[in-house]
Amino acid sequence: MSEKKRLDLEYSQLDSDRMRLNVGPQHPSTHGVLRLEVEIDGEIVTEVIPHLGYLHRSFEKHCEKMTYPQIIPYIDRMDYISAMNNEWPYVMALEKMLDIKVPEKVEYIRVIVAELNRIANHQIAVATFGLDAGAFTPFLFFFRDREYIIWILEKLSGARLLYNYFRVGGLAGDTYPSFKEECLNVIEKVRKTNAEVMDLLIYNRIFIQRTANVGILTPEVAVNYACSGPVLRGSGLRYDLRKDEPYSIYDRFDFEVPVGKGEVGFVGDCWDRNIVRMQEMEQSCRIIEQALAQMPETGDVKANVPKRIKPPKGEVYMRTENPKGDLGFYIVSNGTDKPERLKARGTSFVNLSVIPEISKGYMFADLILILGSIDIVLGEVDR
Amino acid sequence: MENTNFLWDLMGKNIWSVLLVISLPLMFVLVYALIAILAELKISAWIQERLGPMRTGPWGILQPVAEVVKLIQKEDITPDQSSKLLYNLAPFIIFTGAYAAFAVIPFSEAFVPSGIDVGLFYVFAIGSISAMGIVMGGWASNNKYSLMGAMRAVSQLISYEIPAAFAVLSVVVLASSMNMQEISKMQTGWFWNWFIFGGPGSISKIWVIPFTVGLTLIYFISSLAETNRVPFDIPEGESELVAGFHTEYSGMKFAMFFFAEYANMFVVAAILTTIFLGGWNSPFGDFMQGPWWGVFWFIAKSFSVVLVQIWIRWTLPRFRVDQLMYVGWKVLLPLSFVCFIAISLFVMLK
Repeated sequence: MSEKKRLDLEYSQLDSDRMRLNVGPQHPSTHGVLRLEVEIDGEIVTEVIPHLGYLHRSFEKHCEKMTYPQIIPYIDRMDYISAMNNEWPYVMALEKMLDIKVPEKVEYIRVIVAELNRIANHQIAVATFGLDAGAFTPFLFFFRDREYIIWILEKLSGARLLYNYFRVGGLAGDTYPSFKEECLNVIEKVRKTNAEVMDLLIYNRIFIQRTANVGILTPEVAVNYACSGPVLRGSGLRYDLRKDEPYSIYDRFDFEVPVGKGEVGFVGDCWDRNIVRMQEMEQSCRIIEQALAQMPETGDVKANVPKRIKPPKGEVYMRTENPKGDLGFYIVSNGTDKPERLKARGTSFVNLSVIPEISKGYMFADLILILGSIDIVLGEVDR
Repeated sequence: MENTNFLWDLMGKNIWSVLLVISLPLMFVLVYALIAILAELKISAWIQERLGPMRTGPWGILQPVAEVVKLIQKEDITPDQSSKLLYNLAPFIIFTGAYAAFAVIPFSEAFVPSGIDVGLFYVFAIGSISAMGIVMGGWASNNKYSLMGAMRAVSQLISYEIPAAFAVLSVVVLASSMNMQEISKMQTGWFWNWFIFGGPGSISKIWVIPFTVGLTLIYFISSLAETNRVPFDIPEGESELVAGFHTEYSGMKFAMFFFAEYANMFVVAAILTTIFLGGWNSPFGDFMQGPWWGVFWFIAKSFSVVLVQIWIRWTLPRFRVDQLMYVGWKVLLPLSFVCFIAISLFVMLK
């Protein structure tokens, strides 16, 4: 009997302790001030709890105290990597409320700057994802090219990241003379670097081993968690607001919606989410080329808008395809020049919620890659 | 065989000459580390189409000096809950492990600090001391990341020492000596006498060349893992473990880890040079052959290997822990075993 008891004791001692690890808020690869409470059994992740709020700025409450045009620079600060795309649904929502028809040229410039911004966003996403996997060189290749895009947007708006370029019913300013050539130059550079990175990183054997079959997000789970953008498309679902709910003038362009096909692993793994971003950059280049060719040379960049923007009583919801997914604004107006209530549907916040579901059972190093493949921006998660 | 060491001839064997012999490699390591750090900065910059450091001195060549000065100035932090003795001792043990290996490395036909007969065996024995230092540092830091990094480092070092040992053993079988100076001497002549090309011997050695070339590659890959370099830098894998076992270290103690890493890089490169790439021998027969030229050839060859390590670091992503173990135990180990057996058969039948 004593023998058995002693054995039991030994077996219970063999049961390894699980360790609770705080990844973040100060950690090189949480992409900001995200804190993940991780429970690991050796190297295997058994539980992940994301803790948010380190960057909370009361965005929605602040908006209730500001007039409608004053809110635009604040919206830039949500997803600060793709600020142009953030402003768009907001001004479109107000244009819908005020029943404003924006001039043709404005629509084209909006498409061009939004797509340029989408390329810049995806460049950062793929670059930091590579960095999470340990590849430093593609990271700098992408940042080098992103600088050219930022220069164009800076020339247009005066700011590198937080543009404040969109206005209700128009834009802050017209394009500059060499705009067209510079955009075409950038597209050429983007394509060249993408081809290089395809060899250097995406189809690297080690990279494929690290990312294929890791963090598999099945279409059912993706839909249940309301994922959108490349995260959803990586799971093989062809859902893109630019195609499915064409806003602005997206129905005039010929482009495809890339989806994950499980080329090197299972559909919906980290590699698929990443390759979708690479292919979307190419599609954005195509859209920009077409938009540049169709854009009217002359025209006004501002519609007839009342001096004080006072939408009629009512509510509106407008959403567009942000680089990270659906970005929606729900605005309740009480007839004054300040909103009664403004609610933003942050893409990163919704996409982040899927992390605990898909990272269980993988290794700790995989968790970092899964987080990188979701492509979150903490400014949008916390708001 | 007699110990060839020009200092013994010059000064006799007394305490001063011994001290000089001990400190010569140290001086070399200090200078080498600065050059290697600069090379790392500059090569990474060229790979990434940057300029690299340009402001410190002409063409940025004083950047490593500036970095060392910066590290000396930094506050030396010891975590409150750490095990003080082990925490403070670990960096020195790691550096000792790296530096002690220099004792048997033949820099030239006229200079090897200590030409002991079991040189290769000694290098492997002393190299494992670094693993101890890593565990000490990781455990004593009282940090979860450090502990995980240390655990990974030790499992990695042990796994990769075996294929590396097989690669070295094959050369020992071919040369029938463990004395590194003797192995170097055997490879005198043109470059086809190097052990990467089967060592000296008649034309029948052509059968053994594929295996020796393979073993050279196996040893090189294992040496990357032993020095914790990309793609095997999992113990300090920045993206998940912050900085691995040296997360908590700062100032000069961190510099010691840094320093030991570079010293280790040179040690594995020097071993690779000595046993496979002809050591201090000129590749072209008697052309530029001699004791002084020997130093040149030895350092040139070793540094080329170091440059390849740097090149790989800035090109590849890193493995995952289980994939690292897979490569070590299921790919490199069987391959090195096959090569070892083939070479042994060749030597038996010769």
